[in-house]
Amino acid sequence: IIKYFGSIPRRVKIVEVGPRDGLQNEKTIVPAETKIRLIDMLSDSGLSVIEATSFVSPKWVPQMADQMEVMKGIRRKPGVSYPVLTPNLKGFQAAVEAGASEVAIFGAASELFSKKNINCSVEESLQRFEQVMVAAKAAGVPVRGYVSCVLGCPYEGKVAPAKVAKVAKRLYSMGCYEISLGDTIGVGTPGGMSEMLEAVSKVVPVGALAVHCHDTYGQALANILVALQMGVSVVDSSVGGLGGCPYAQGASGNVATEDVVYMLHGLGIQTGVDLPKLMDAGAFICHSLNRRTSSKVSQATHCKL
Amino acid sequence: MGNVPTTVKHCLSHEQLARDYPWLKRWLVEEKEIVPTEVKVQLIDRLSDTGLSVIEATSFVSSKWVPQMADHTEVLQGIRKSPNVRYPVLTPNMHGFQNAVSLAAGATEVAVFGSASETFSRKNINCSIDESMLRFEEVLNAAKDQQIPVRGYVSCALGCPHEGPIDPSKVTEVAKRLYEMGCYEVSLGDTVGVGTPGSMAAMLRSVTREVPCRALAVHCHDTYGQALANILTALQMGVCVVDSAVAGLGGCPYAQGSSGNVSTEDVLYMLHGMGIQTGVDLSKMIAVGDFICHSLNRKTNSRVAQARGSQL
Repeated sequence: IIKYFGSIPRRVKIVEVGPRDGLQNEKTIVPAETKIRLIDMLSDSGLSVIEATSFVSPKWVPQMADQMEVMKGIRRKPGVSYPVLTPNLKGFQAAVEAGASEVAIFGAASELFSKKNINCSVEESLQRFEQVMVAAKAAGVPVRGYVSCVLGCPYEGKVAPAKVAKVAKRLYSMGCYEISLGDTIGVGTPGGMSEMLEAVSKVVPVGALAVHCHDTYGQALANILVALQMGVSVVDSSVGGLGGCPYAQGASGNVATEDVVYMLHGLGIQTGVDLPKLMDAGAFICHSLNRRTSSKVSQATHCKL
Repeated sequence: MGNVPTTVKHCLSHEQLARDYPWLKRWLVEEKEIVPTEVKVQLIDRLSDTGLSVIEATSFVSSKWVPQMADHTEVLQGIRKSPNVRYPVLTPNMHGFQNAVSLAAGATEVAVFGSASETFSRKNINCSIDESMLRFEEVLNAAKDQQIPVRGYVSCALGCPHEGPIDPSKVTEVAKRLYEMGCYEVSLGDTVGVGTPGSMAAMLRSVTREVPCRALAVHCHDTYGQALANILTALQMGVCVVDSAVAGLGGCPYAQGSSGNVSTEDVLYMLHGMGIQTGVDLSKMIAVGDFICHSLNRKTNSRVAQARGSQL
């Protein structure tokens, strides 16, 4: 029996994925200056990790075509890390050239998802990543690993916790300093989350784990709460809840950073984030995208009678 | 996971239109149209077929304050009363109670609404908490005579729009009073949705010292997106009754444009995902949500309904 809140961390690191994961999944493409301004505002809100862009070919992800310009344009706040996605060695090299000092690689716990998404099996993708790891080690660049579909796959349905653990362990053993476990389509619930984390934390230390919950079914905060209760202290989220779900058009995707921070602060957990400044960044980007925020905290705060 | 119960008595699918607060007039102006009686009756009948065991049907508040509920007697007369379902109604005082249990209306269960905040009580029902308790005692006595079960509500359990944070001891005081005067169950409401798992746990720790867990329910609002996390916390602490509203009907009168009640569909999704039995059919619930949103010409607040309704 886990005593509620007995083992929740006193401090949680938020990994802000809005500028990358968020914007990548928005229909509207925003210009580089807007992205730069967003990242600068996020840097000022107290966040310590802000995923800035992606070095995937613009052929696949046109939203991130201005990757070089963004990396060169942002103000690097001391103490803040600006990781970028690198799907392969080529992307890694381009990232380092652009001045990236941290990168991330993306694996999947589902074979079908891997094939449909990056056109290769899970094993093949891991081999590509090994190449990146070797180069990263040589260059002294830390690498974060992502595992998608950890609580369900849009094609395969249920995903076995053992499979998630296997992929997470591989990424960790090859040198990723942290593994972010993603509920890619938001289908997970607290039961599935705790089952999956139990399996993964047997092979990867919980201090090296993060959760990346989607709110497509409204379950994100409850899932994050359970993860905290199991000792996870790193949470990914997206300002304004940017980034819908590509598998359920019109549905929500990423969990909103504002709502996560509200919950964490309410639990007495320190995040270093200034919520009003964060909401300002959210308001700015939503205005630029001409869309309503998906953050309930922002909606409530801005709608006072 | 904690001591999560294996069965949760599902909810009042709370027809948010049933609120006996004078400030509601402003919100009603926003809603503009008054929902016709037939639509309400259809809604309740459809909810009766989903497996719910408790459906809050209407409110016996003066139609001067809540014109939306003026048809309370017609609604009770019109609905098909399913044998496995109860249909409680709100009764703010003796007058409302008598109308509710009259032969014409035939209510067999009622609910009274207290507050943990003095300011909220005064602004809302124009009297202090103590005065409201005296009114409720009258209702409880009359209800006992007629063997009508009474449910008690405590609003502002995790925060008040006027007073800010509310001391758990105050919530305990009011909940205890309602329980001891004869309410079979006390529903603790996060009226403005400001609560988080931290404040929920602190409040429940206090209340459960005086009121047994099995007699408690939580009524969480999702105005700040915290409802499911708060409900999960309550479940882990042994609460097994959850209030919610189909499609998340009913915005927040204190933050216009914001959401209010948590969606029944989203709650069910979480509970079922955790292996908790509710007896409710989620697909049927989603269909009911579609029906009422269509009738009200508005979008659902349920994320589950949005996701399911928009599968590629």
